[in-house]
Order: sequence, then C-alpha cells, then structure tokens
Amino acid sequence: MNNAGIGKIQELIYDLSVGDVMKKDVISISPDISMYKLKEVLRKNRISGVPVVKNGCSVGIISIEDLINWLTKKSAGSSVKDWMTKNVVTVYEDEKLIQAISLFDQKGYGRLPVVERKEKKVVGIVTKGVIIESLLREIEIDYHEEEIRRYRMSHFFEDVTADSVTIGLIYQVKGGDVMNGGTVAGNIKKTLKRLDIKPDIYRRVAIAIYEAEMNLIFYTDGGEVSVYIKPESICVNVRDHGPGIPDVKDALRLGFSTAPNWVRELGFGAGIGLNNIQRCSDKMIINSTVGRGTILDITVNMDTL
Amino acid sequence: MKLEKIIKILDAEVCCGTVRNDWDIAMVGASDLMSDVLTFIQPDALLLTGLTNPQVVRTADVAEVKVICFIRGKKPTEETIKLAYDKEIVLFKTQFSMFKACGLLYRAGLADCLQK
Ligand SMILES: Nc1ncnc2c1ncn2[C@@H]1O[C@H](COP(=O)(O)OP(=O)(O)O)[C@@H](O)[C@H]1O
Ligand SMILES: [Mg+2]
Repeated sequence: MNNAGIGKIQELIYDLSVGDVMKKDVISISPDISMYKLKEVLRKNRISGVPVVKNGCSVGIISIEDLINWLTKKSAGSSVKDWMTKNVVTVYEDEKLIQAISLFDQKGYGRLPVVERKEKKVVGIVTKGVIIESLLREIEIDYHEEEIRRYRMSHFFEDVTADSVTIGLIYQVKGGDVMNGGTVAGNIKKTLKRLDIKPDIYRRVAIAIYEAEMNLIFYTDGGEVSVYIKPESICVNVRDHGPGIPDVKDALRLGFSTAPNWVRELGFGAGIGLNNIQRCSDKMIINSTVGRGTILDITVNMDTL
Repeated sequence: MKLEKIIKILDAEVCCGTVRNDWDIAMVGASDLMSDVLTFIQPDALLLTGLTNPQVVRTADVAEVKVICFIRGKKPTEETIKLAYDKEIVLFKTQFSMFKACGLLYRAGLADCLQK
C-alpha cells in the first residue's frame, strides 16, 4: 500500500466512530439459556463468541473458550450465566475507532459489544475483522474518488471543444500571512498533478510560485497569483500594489536581499528567490514601479521535446 | 538506501508519518535556507535541516521531498507536524549535529544532491 493509503488509515481511525463500522444485526443470547444451546448458536452462525444480553443491556460475553472449559470441567451450572465473563468492557457507539483498536491491542479482547450512551442498550458489535473490513472499504472508495478525479481532469483538454483552451486559476495572497505561506503554491501543484502535467513541469511551476508567493507575504500588502494552463505552456502572473522594487537588476543579483530579521529566521532572505524563479521558468519578466507595485510574468513550456 | 537504515544510522526518532520499507533514498540535501534548498534539492531526496517551522514542510512539498530530518534534537512544532501529516511527509529527528549527520550519511554511501 502507498503512503497515501497508510496516512488515510490513520486519519480514518481518528475520524470514524465505532457506530460507523460496527456490525448492527448482532447475534446475542440470554444469560439463562443452556451451554448446549450456546454451542448450537456458535456453530450455526460460524462465530467464536457472542454478547450476553438481558433486556437489551450487556451483562456478559461468552466465547468458544468458555464453551471448551465447560465441556472439559462440566462443573457448576450449565447455563450461560455460570460460564460467561461478567465484567464486560463495552464501547459507546459515538467513541472513535481508535478507542476500540487500543482496547483490542492492550487487553487482547476479540470482540467488544457496542452500547448507546442513554440506556446502555447493546446496538452492535465490533471485532478486529469488522474494523479491517470497513477500513478497506473506505480506502477503496477514497482511492476510486481520486482516480476518477484525475481521470476526468487529465482529459479536460481533449474533452473541451474549442479552437484553444486555457484553464485559469486565481489566488489571493495576504501580506504578512506567514502561517499560510506556500498554500497557494501547494494548491497549484496539486491541481497540476491532477491535470496530469509532467512532474518536472509542475515542480518547476510550484517552486517558482512558492518563491513569488513568499515575496508577496514578506515585502508587500498582498497580491494576486494567476495561473493560465494551456496545452503548450503554463503562464503565471503575480502582481501586487507596492512598495515596488527600486532596481530590478539589483534585486536579481544572487544574494541581494532586503529581508528583515524575522524573514531570515524563517529560513528566507538569502537573496536567491528571484533567481530560483528565473531558473525554473523558460521566460521571466519583472515590471516594477516604486509606489505602484510589481508585476512578475513567468512562462513554463509544457514540453521541451 | 532504505529509510529504516537511515534512521538507524542517525539514531533518529520518528516524529510523524509512516516509515515505509519500499522507499529508497539515494540523495541528501542539507540547509537552513529554504531558497537554497529549492535550488539544489532533488525530488525524493532526504532533507536535513535545523529549522522546524511549517515553512520547512511547505518547501519540501513544492520540491517533492517526502522525508525531513531535524538535527540536534530539534522538535518540530505542532503546526509543522499537522502540515506534514496533511502533505504525507515523514518527519524525524536526530541528536547529531548537522556536520555529524551529513558525515555519517555520506560515509554510508548516500549521494549529494548536486552530484549527478
Ligand atoms: N514583490 C516584491 N515587492 C517588493 N520587493 C520585492 C518583491 N519581490 C522581491 N523584492 C525585493 O527583491 C529582493 C530579492 O528577492 P528574492 O530574490 O526573492 O530574495 P529574498 O526574498 O531572499 O530577499 C528582496 O529582498 C526584496 O527587496
Ligand atoms: Mg524571496
């Protein structure tokens, strides 16, 4: 399984509740029935244990192991209530899956009756098998969704009938918003990937946009990133409304930076950003006017073949 | 080299993510400057850094880096871990200095991102 799958499982066990995955048509027995009858119930339903329920409430749990004990010892009584485990651990249906999993893990239980909070009535049962089945199902659904999304989007250019097709994406960047620095670049990368753009291309576009986005955050009051995807190229336009760059040639010099300390502490301000943008693009144009703002245009050609 | 072996060499502790044994890491990049990282890091390389803010994860994400190791026992922040989890990036930390961590990995045969 890929990393996405494992990450998804971790997410699911914290997201899903016991009630989402439990087996609802739970087979249960009354404490007063005989051990002979229990043997039949287990055999007929091909299960290795059942919750013992009285008036809808959990009073115990009994398994094949108890049945074997009874068969070998034959002492005491012969009804279920004499042989069942009485202090049953149950889980509430609204508890997260992780709770049930850690009980299986730490206590070595094979099954847990699921009860609702109000009247503590048994509403279902979870076993390791039930949990695994439901996780596999969820992952498959998720996997298919992403696959379908990718399939749909990767055929976008072919499916649209026009003399020329351009997909336009527009994003706003807030000045000083360090916490979200790189979100735009990350989202664009994800979209390009879904459009089935080649890894080398989307990576270059993402790096260029990331540097431009960080510059908007560090040096301006914010701006706009527009991306135009065409079958032959990706054009990016990044604009802001000030303060502008006094000397673009200077700014393009490797190592030139006016970054304040707080920017440097974040790992930026080495004066390489614009050079990175240049290196990643096939064409770069910067127009800047002090007091008016900066416009950065980047083109990355789709195919160099 | 398997990620598991790298973790052993660095005597590292996983902070977030699943260590997959089908992952092979061939190259390493080390820097505290994010723009610097973006100039030389190769996709799927291991990034060694002393910075622990979320920006490190964002940088790794755009550069297609899936594993980050923090040096000198530096702990990633909550936000960093959350973001790494989101981006499916594995984080771990070593007590070793940048110099020692790089030296150990180099000696073990891992390549520099700039050597092609
Ligand atoms: N959008 C912008 N508005 C104003 N100044 C900018 C802008 N982008 C870059 N600069 C200036 O250009 C310099 C160089 O930018 P860059 O190459 O990204 O390096 P760094 O961000 O590390 O300083 C910055 O320090 C800043 O003075
Ligand atoms: Mg910059």
